Amino acid sequence: MKRDTESFHPWEYFLFALATLGMLIVCVCAGSVNIPIKETATIIWDAIWKLPMPEGVSDSIVLSVRLPRVICVAFVGASLSLCGGAMQGLLKNPLADGSTLGVSSGASLGAVIAIAFGITVPSLPFAGTMVMAMLFAFLSLIIILSLAYKLDFSLSTNTIILIGVIYSMFVSSILSLIITFASDKVKHITFWTMGSLQGTSYDNALVLLVALAGFGSVILGKARELNAFAVGEDVARNIGVDVRKVKFQILICVSALIGVCVSIGGTIGFVGLVTPHIIRLIVGPNHRRLLPASLFAGAIFLMFADLVARILLNPLELPIGVVTSFIGSIVFVYIFYRSRKAA
Amino acid sequence: MLEIENLTVGYGERTVVDDVSFSVRPGQWLMIVGPNGAGKSTVINAVSQNTCFTGTVRLSGTDIRKIRQQDFARRVGVLTQNHYVGYPFTVEEIVRMGRYAYAPGIFSKESGDDEELVERALELTGMEPLRKQSVLTLSGGELQRTFLAQIFAQNPKLLILDEPTNHLDLIYQQQVFDLIRDWIHEGPRAVMSVVHDLSLARAYGTDALLLDRGRIASYGAIDDVLSAENLKSVYGMDVYAWMQKMLSQWEEAEEALPLRLKQA
Repeated sequence: MKRDTESFHPWEYFLFALATLGMLIVCVCAGSVNIPIKETATIIWDAIWKLPMPEGVSDSIVLSVRLPRVICVAFVGASLSLCGGAMQGLLKNPLADGSTLGVSSGASLGAVIAIAFGITVPSLPFAGTMVMAMLFAFLSLIIILSLAYKLDFSLSTNTIILIGVIYSMFVSSILSLIITFASDKVKHITFWTMGSLQGTSYDNALVLLVALAGFGSVILGKARELNAFAVGEDVARNIGVDVRKVKFQILICVSALIGVCVSIGGTIGFVGLVTPHIIRLIVGPNHRRLLPASLFAGAIFLMFADLVARILLNPLELPIGVVTSFIGSIVFVYIFYRSRKAA
Repeated sequence: MLEIENLTVGYGERTVVDDVSFSVRPGQWLMIVGPNGAGKSTVINAVSQNTCFTGTVRLSGTDIRKIRQQDFARRVGVLTQNHYVGYPFTVEEIVRMGRYAYAPGIFSKESGDDEELVERALELTGMEPLRKQSVLTLSGGELQRTFLAQIFAQNPKLLILDEPTNHLDLIYQQQVFDLIRDWIHEGPRAVMSVVHDLSLARAYGTDALLLDRGRIASYGAIDDVLSAENLKSVYGMDVYAWMQKMLSQWEEAEEALPLRLKQA
């Protein structure tokens, strides 16, 4: 039997994981106060084995502030990037992403409604915003795709992006309306529109990990189907893919993951657009390689963006969404021009 | 192999295909012909895409509405006329996708069969030398041959083609049709295709279904169906006279050639 040449090799997993770990260490060490790698490693090591901590404030910076935040950033980046890669394959559209399609805006609307109207799930205080964000992400995706299908069955790039933009504007008008009426919660609500992972905890990291392990593994398991969708929905049907079922499964998982990310970190745009695009240039378009690579690269990219947000205007901190949108919009214009030129 | 009984398809109030019955047996290449709007592609889509229809469509005795997509793909290959690929997949990756129906799970391992059929499909279609090339760099003919290889890798018993060589140069038309004719002879296989070009239909088909405004005008052996009278009544013109006039231009040109060369 010939060796499987299409899937991601163990050494490639190792390399990407190593790069992610490297970035994680850099991000934990660097910041408004730089902590040497050796000291950081000692603190983490001592914390794991419950050994006595060295004197100083470094341990609380590393353990209570930076480490949970950087882990959350990595998981959010990985999730958003995986979702972007999956949507770009499913819709055969290199510009598809939670933010360009308006799914992230939809999720933030759900989260804001939950805050403004005090919707909660008993015994799980943060679950109200999360469930609403997931629900609204899915509804948004269904609305956007139904509108796009009605206009243009082939779901061409321009149609779907235009509808995504219009939908995002519609959502932001409703957000403004809610803010007007719920002025006491303005600060809390503004957080969702900017996107930030400041003050995230280990609990948040655990929720993100569970969501990524659950929904992410379903998406990763659909790599072959996504390859077929990336060539065309009719081709997918012809080679034996149960188009309706697989599409529904992927859409559910993508909106659930985006919903969880938005409920914890707010709307962080363009991560799902930038990383799969760059990764496609390195590992090719095959989703069996593209999806796992995007997962790691998304984590690396967002950790880097978060680091820039923290240290660029030190001691002032930028919202992470500002950094990703700045990079993302440049990449967006580049892809758009390139695809128009090719057409 | 494929039996279609009383097939009727309508869009809203309009009936596009009206009470059409025919069958495809092993060894046959059934050409579905007729003028624009006769319902040729609609018949094909009812079978290949399971669009809304009334009547029955049976594949080896089973109602196609009860066949899972995966099982359908193992038995039927479908080739459409246009392909737009936006991502730089290699020829080999596209062809390998044809094996999906045999091992759809992410952990399903490829069998020896998979490898052999992919290699054979690449060789048959002449795409072997281009196997590592990105499909974005291929010509229209090469791209169509790549998708034909994907279908060969699927190893179906029935091929359904919707104007497979519509935008292709003459050389590619000939290549693709020759490939399909050889493929039929390799086993108990059959082809059903929509072809606009009556000369191509006549050259390669064994049987024909002539449609006229959604109804069957004639059905049977190719020479009987494409008779002068049948074509005249459906197309509203003397197709035979037209074809001969077209051909005679070339004959005249050939006769005139030595004279012109002499003058030169």
